[in-house]
Amino acid sequence: MKALEITNLKKSFSSNFFLKKYNILNSININVERGEIYGFLGPNGAGKTTTIKCVLGLIFPDYGNILINNRPAHSPEIRQKLGFLPENPTFYDYLTAGEFLLFSARLFSIPSKKSSEVIKYLIPMVGLDGKENVKLKNFSRGMIQRIGFAQALINDPDIVILDEPFSGLDPIGRKELRNIIIALKKKGKTIFFSSHILQDMELIADKVGIIFNGEIIKEGKLSELVSHSVQYYEIVFSNIDESLIRANNLSFECMEENYIIRSPEIDELNRVIEFVILNRGKIMSVTPAKMTLEDIFLREIKK
Amino acid sequence: MKLWAIAVNTFKEAVRNKIFYLLLVFGIVFALSSRLVGLLTLGDATKVLKNVGLASINFFGVLIAIFTGTNLIYKELDKKTIYNIISKPISRSDFIMGKFLGLAYTLLVALVSMGTVFFLFLFISTGEFDWRMLIYFGLLYLELLIITSISLVFSSFSTPILSSIFTIIIYLVGHVLWTFNEFKYKLVEPVFKGIVHFFYYILPNLEKFNLREQIVMNMKIDMKIVFVSVIYGILYIAALLTLGILIFNKREFK
Repeated sequence: MKALEITNLKKSFSSNFFLKKYNILNSININVERGEIYGFLGPNGAGKTTTIKCVLGLIFPDYGNILINNRPAHSPEIRQKLGFLPENPTFYDYLTAGEFLLFSARLFSIPSKKSSEVIKYLIPMVGLDGKENVKLKNFSRGMIQRIGFAQALINDPDIVILDEPFSGLDPIGRKELRNIIIALKKKGKTIFFSSHILQDMELIADKVGIIFNGEIIKEGKLSELVSHSVQYYEIVFSNIDESLIRANNLSFECMEENYIIRSPEIDELNRVIEFVILNRGKIMSVTPAKMTLEDIFLREIKK
Repeated sequence: MKLWAIAVNTFKEAVRNKIFYLLLVFGIVFALSSRLVGLLTLGDATKVLKNVGLASINFFGVLIAIFTGTNLIYKELDKKTIYNIISKPISRSDFIMGKFLGLAYTLLVALVSMGTVFFLFLFISTGEFDWRMLIYFGLLYLELLIITSISLVFSSFSTPILSSIFTIIIYLVGHVLWTFNEFKYKLVEPVFKGIVHFFYYILPNLEKFNLREQIVMNMKIDMKIVFVSVIYGILYIAALLTLGILIFNKREFK
């Protein structure tokens, strides 16, 4: 079952003066299955935040359909089981962390007793133990990101939408956030997050959609996108005379006492392995050099 | 509950702002300084005390209404804290109503604080306990709510400075609106007559909420007029909030 379905979404903005329209989104189609971690990848200005704002009702689409749990996204009630962390969030700095989470809970009509319990659980979960009574104006950017993540989970949402959640976090914070996202997935939650940090996406996303210039230029399961894209195989070996390798017309590189041969075809790899074994060489390693998400991303953008 | 959450948060934001206290303290100080003005002026010192005291409370009440009204919505948009509200199961009308109720509560607290101090001060100074002043404060409160609603409407599409200027202009015109009615009889051109007529009915007649003369001069207060003013005020606020909601429903948070 689909948690989020975006069909043919179009959005344009007009400049204030001449009312000339600029297309920001050109026919966006996205399908997010329940319980999936969907990574929404794209460079700055590609249309990630605009798409998310359309989903959340912050802006109105020119055209297209957005369904959340098979219901139209525009009604406020649909957001009862939705969590959202905006990009570079700013919250009410005159409130303490505890007050802010309580306020967020009230916006979901969560009873006071239950909200207190949830807050007690969420504060240490996002690494803000002991900061409950500190005003948000005294929070660092990373801490704001963490409290923002806590408020996104205050209603125990089915779907969590995170806009650039890793920005502003240090490596430890990013790892902690990744772990929380994975834990949420284990609980059956759907996570839709945008990012331009490929490493984080590669580590946790089940499915990736690449957006560029307001269009989805590639979408698919991360395992399929990456595993089907072995660029070449790299074999490292030693104990063979260099002239023998040259005699067999093999192009190679030397690294200290070892030789490296890169082969794009598996048949060629097998021939190299056979050659090394026949000549009593010593195979040090055979590694398939897979195409990374970064390679795919750059390749798709260059198209 | 959602609406109240926004209202309570709006109140917290207003009262945690130092400018709110500054205006409140100034209002009280100016109201109390009426005693000094009374001593320095010829004539009935009690009348001067009431006149200056009530005028001070009125003035600072209006300042608080304009300042809080124009700032609070704009700040939500400028600091993008509104993303966090609209992305939750809150309708935009609930947001505007919550903001208005929060501001209404803030103004009530400000007016009760200034009014109570002035009431006690007047009692200590003159031994007089003029209950009719409750009606005066009631109508002043309605006027402040109208001003807040106007600033709320302006701040839903404009900057705080422009919103403040527009609101102040409407406030000033609203107190001399009766002159429009007299002015239109002096105009010959039907077009100009129509324009003046239009503004006479569309702008708030804020003099309807001003009972200072009756209080100061110990004149009788006509409760029928008070009742009509209350109905007029409530309807005017309802119309302004509807307009604010209509504007806000169309607004995109880019």
